[in-house]
Amino acid sequence: MHLLGSSFVISVLIMGGLGLGFAVMLAVASKKFAVKEDPMVEKILNALPQTNCGACGFAGCHTLAEKIALKEVPVTSCLAGGQEVADTLAAALGVDAQKAKRVIAVVLCRGGQAEAAKNAVYRGDMTCAAANLVGGEKECAYACIGYADCVEACEFDAMDMNSNGLPVVFYDKCIGCGACARACPRDIIEMHPEERKLFVFCRNKDRGAQAKKVCKVACIACTICVKDCETPGGIEMKDNLAVINYDICPQNDTPAKRCPTACILYGEPEKLTREAFYSPSLPKVMGE
Amino acid sequence: MRVILIFISAALVNNFVLAYFLGLCPFLGVSKRFDTALNMGLATTFVTTLTAVTTWLINRYLLVEYNLLFLQNVTFILAIAALVQLVEMFIKKTSIALYRSLGIYLPLITTNCIVLGLALFAVTREYTFMESVFFGAGAGVGFTIALIIMSGIREELEFADVPKVLQGAPITLLMAGMLALAFMGFAGLLSV
Repeated sequence: MHLLGSSFVISVLIMGGLGLGFAVMLAVASKKFAVKEDPMVEKILNALPQTNCGACGFAGCHTLAEKIALKEVPVTSCLAGGQEVADTLAAALGVDAQKAKRVIAVVLCRGGQAEAAKNAVYRGDMTCAAANLVGGEKECAYACIGYADCVEACEFDAMDMNSNGLPVVFYDKCIGCGACARACPRDIIEMHPEERKLFVFCRNKDRGAQAKKVCKVACIACTICVKDCETPGGIEMKDNLAVINYDICPQNDTPAKRCPTACILYGEPEKLTREAFYSPSLPKVMGE
Repeated sequence: MRVILIFISAALVNNFVLAYFLGLCPFLGVSKRFDTALNMGLATTFVTTLTAVTTWLINRYLLVEYNLLFLQNVTFILAIAALVQLVEMFIKKTSIALYRSLGIYLPLITTNCIVLGLALFAVTREYTFMESVFFGAGAGVGFTIALIIMSGIREELEFADVPKVLQGAPITLLMAGMLALAFMGFAGLLSV
């Protein structure tokens, strides 16, 4: 038997040799290309929720952890974690704890089953995205469609539909991730800092008469709020819709008082959007 | 002259993704954004070229020499895996952001059928060393071209009004099919 010359031994030698050669090459390379990672990043990452929800605006929790470690962004950047995570991170980094800036979702449509006129019966797939393709049941092309895509999108059980067919956000649970705002095909839901109290609950860009025809609580572009706002330019009329400039408009109920359709309201958004305020018998209730 | 024809053939006429349907996983996975697509294409081109060099040398000086052609598949896979590891370490060192955005698709270059496919094609077509190198580079460039075109289409798709049932994977596969049809226009131009 010429064992040494047999293809069996040669193949074993060649495979082994190749494997060894590549192993040495990789070992050298791993030494040469070693990347040092900041241990602080891992510590921060462990404190973060690690749900990679993206509410902070970065690609994921790891990227945010790096940015926090480099002190490029404040410890309050994680919206899902809120104050608790901010305090933990502040302690870990040895910086002063800051108050977490809270952002909440606000549903900017009051035109529920009782207020909005209907011009169709929809029998398709019961999602807003599908209904939006054919216009939905309501005559108003800007109104809430009412099939709860936003409630479906919320991973924190912070939304539900009220008896008037409009979504309500529960602010004890809302973390401000913005998933509902992205799910809404008509962009009715907006994200706002929690200190804001004055909102135009309408997205209708029709002219006054048409807007009034399609919904009892639509903005009819009468410009009373524009005149009533204490700061000139605090509220502007854009495309037949009142738009609040939050940088300068004082947050009080003055502009809301004389709104003929009660679409501009002042108060806690959760209170404003709960059941009672949508009852047709109470078309004009403000705050509490 | 022949090497240039081989390069063009591998990159356009017999594009690995759009004519042979190899490497579809990264083609669909990393074609969402233009810059990641470009970088993935470049990384893959680097690997395909190096693979062509290494596997040609292994084949010629070890396997043919000792009459061990049955070891082709396993040695080629070994070489490819080692090369991809090397590229991964290199990218991690030079650009951590790119490393993250490529994510799982970077180690998956190992299992990209284009890489093993070109090594085996080069053997069966009995290419010389230079031909093999240009074939490898052409395969990588062809993959990059396909990725770039696809990422361009998909970035435009983000703004298009796609029906809900077709959103995501379905419309992407439809676009890939149409792209492949378009590339079929090159068929038969070159026969190397």
